[in-house]
Amino acid sequence: MSLRSDLAVIAGHVAEGSRVLDVGCGDGALMAALRDDRGCDARGLEIDAGNVASAVARGLSVIQGDADVDLAGYPDRSFDYAILSQTLQTARAPDVVLDHLLRIGRRAFVSFPNFAQWRVRLSLLWGGRMPVTRQLPESWFDTPNIHHVTIDDFREHLKERGVTVEGAWFLSGDRQRSSAAANLLAQHAVFLLRR
Amino acid sequence: MTGDDRFGCNRHVTLPGPLRLDGGMLLSPVEIAYETYGTLDADGGNAILVCHALTGDQHVASEHPRTGKPGWWTRLIGPGKPIDPARDFVICSNVIGSCMGSSGPASVNPATGRPWGMAFPVITIRDMVRAQGMLLDHLGVARLKAVVGGSMGGMQALSWAATFPERIAAAVVIASTARHSAQNIAFHEVGRQAIMADPKWQGGDYYGGEPPAAGLAVARMAAHITYLSEAGLTEKFGRRLQARPGKEDGTKSFGFDADFQVESYLRHQGLAFVDRFDANSYLYITRALDYFDLAEEHGGLLANAFRDAPTRFCLVSFDTDWLYPTSESRAIVQALNAAGAPVSFVELSSPYGHDAFLLDAPEMNRVVDGFLKGGR
Repeated sequence: MSLRSDLAVIAGHVAEGSRVLDVGCGDGALMAALRDDRGCDARGLEIDAGNVASAVARGLSVIQGDADVDLAGYPDRSFDYAILSQTLQTARAPDVVLDHLLRIGRRAFVSFPNFAQWRVRLSLLWGGRMPVTRQLPESWFDTPNIHHVTIDDFREHLKERGVTVEGAWFLSGDRQRSSAAANLLAQHAVFLLRR
Repeated sequence: MTGDDRFGCNRHVTLPGPLRLDGGMLLSPVEIAYETYGTLDADGGNAILVCHALTGDQHVASEHPRTGKPGWWTRLIGPGKPIDPARDFVICSNVIGSCMGSSGPASVNPATGRPWGMAFPVITIRDMVRAQGMLLDHLGVARLKAVVGGSMGGMQALSWAATFPERIAAAVVIASTARHSAQNIAFHEVGRQAIMADPKWQGGDYYGGEPPAAGLAVARMAAHITYLSEAGLTEKFGRRLQARPGKEDGTKSFGFDADFQVESYLRHQGLAFVDRFDANSYLYITRALDYFDLAEEHGGLLANAFRDAPTRFCLVSFDTDWLYPTSESRAIVQALNAAGAPVSFVELSSPYGHDAFLLDAPEMNRVVDGFLKGGR
């Protein structure tokens, strides 16, 4: 089974044998890859009961919970990596979630869809409608994405909070985009961060 | 293993003990009624202990000798089920304090030759677990692949992980809690007072005469309400009246017969219960539940109960369970996280309240199945 492109980037850069917390782990696809291919001790947090059941049925350790509420209970530095993939934009308080991530993990991977990608811009500029794209398939009323963020927004936020960027990858489909053009061209961003 | 009479259904063993109880007394001998299913692997790695709830018994996957009903957890245990005797060696024992063959207030006090009655020592969940440990020694099981239980069975699974961490690879804790709340204790006290207010109780010394059936039935009725959800009761009975001769839809009696179907149902539950359960055992086991506070046993911090435990944990709660609500499972999950233990947790949706774990719950089976296989 092939991983979603942002997950493949993360899986490719997690050190072997490390302890990993995957926040918003879905059905555990990344966790299973990390466990099977990189010998990681992976734990997950996931809000949807059906996804949790699927992940546990894969033999993974996953807790049903809400990143906005339940990260507070994790001890400092209890993981080598805390991962937040495609979940930041769904959090009620994404800044607080990010703080927890950087507290719980020695490093954090954060991936999110870039709302400044040109297709999204065009859709809003010319269509006058909230964009519905392949990456953002839900309509305005049923999207879980409640905090739309762009790559430049996120960079600015990191700078303000004094967060160190150890790596960044910008993706359109499976293609990597340059850092300079990322805010316009990339559909997804993956950041490797530490406090 | 054929021919070894330690294994099979309807087993009973008298172990010399003594078992040192949390209350300070020594229990000797220790009688344990139990059943096993399947075959213990040569390396002993396939043993699963299933723990029963307050009024449960060792007949987890075999017909109950007194009621003729099928085993109480055949939805989880059996051919093709998450716990399968074709693969697993399954052990289920009657807890001490109970009345299905293990040492309890109805068994004979060797000092007097008469039933213990209230002279039986008060026991705890951990005492039950230690007795199970003695049984495993007798069976030659050094280490368990898993301990699995719902409700009080889940408390035993937690207590196992805290008491014998080196003997248990995984714990499945369903619809349970790490401590009894004031509300839990309050409901139990209602039940105990109902029993003790029955003149037939006689200070617990009723063996050989008539048991305090009316008191025990009331205790069961009160407890049974806590096992069901309000929505479940409404759906099943609503305000519907009992059918009477000539009145299919029922009619109010303007008296105190069981007019409402829910009354009739509860009375039936109470009456059916007294046929199979001993009132004194009900007192002792509810006491053990009320005393249960795993954090208290570990310096007030629940995480300490699981510090450096090599055990994997799986917790399941049900959204309509108000006896041991999801928040109790979450507190355990937090403690396990703090202790760094591998833990899975899911809250499942069910209309049936606390009893959901005993009923048809395909998602629960999927989770338990995956969790148990994940450890191989």
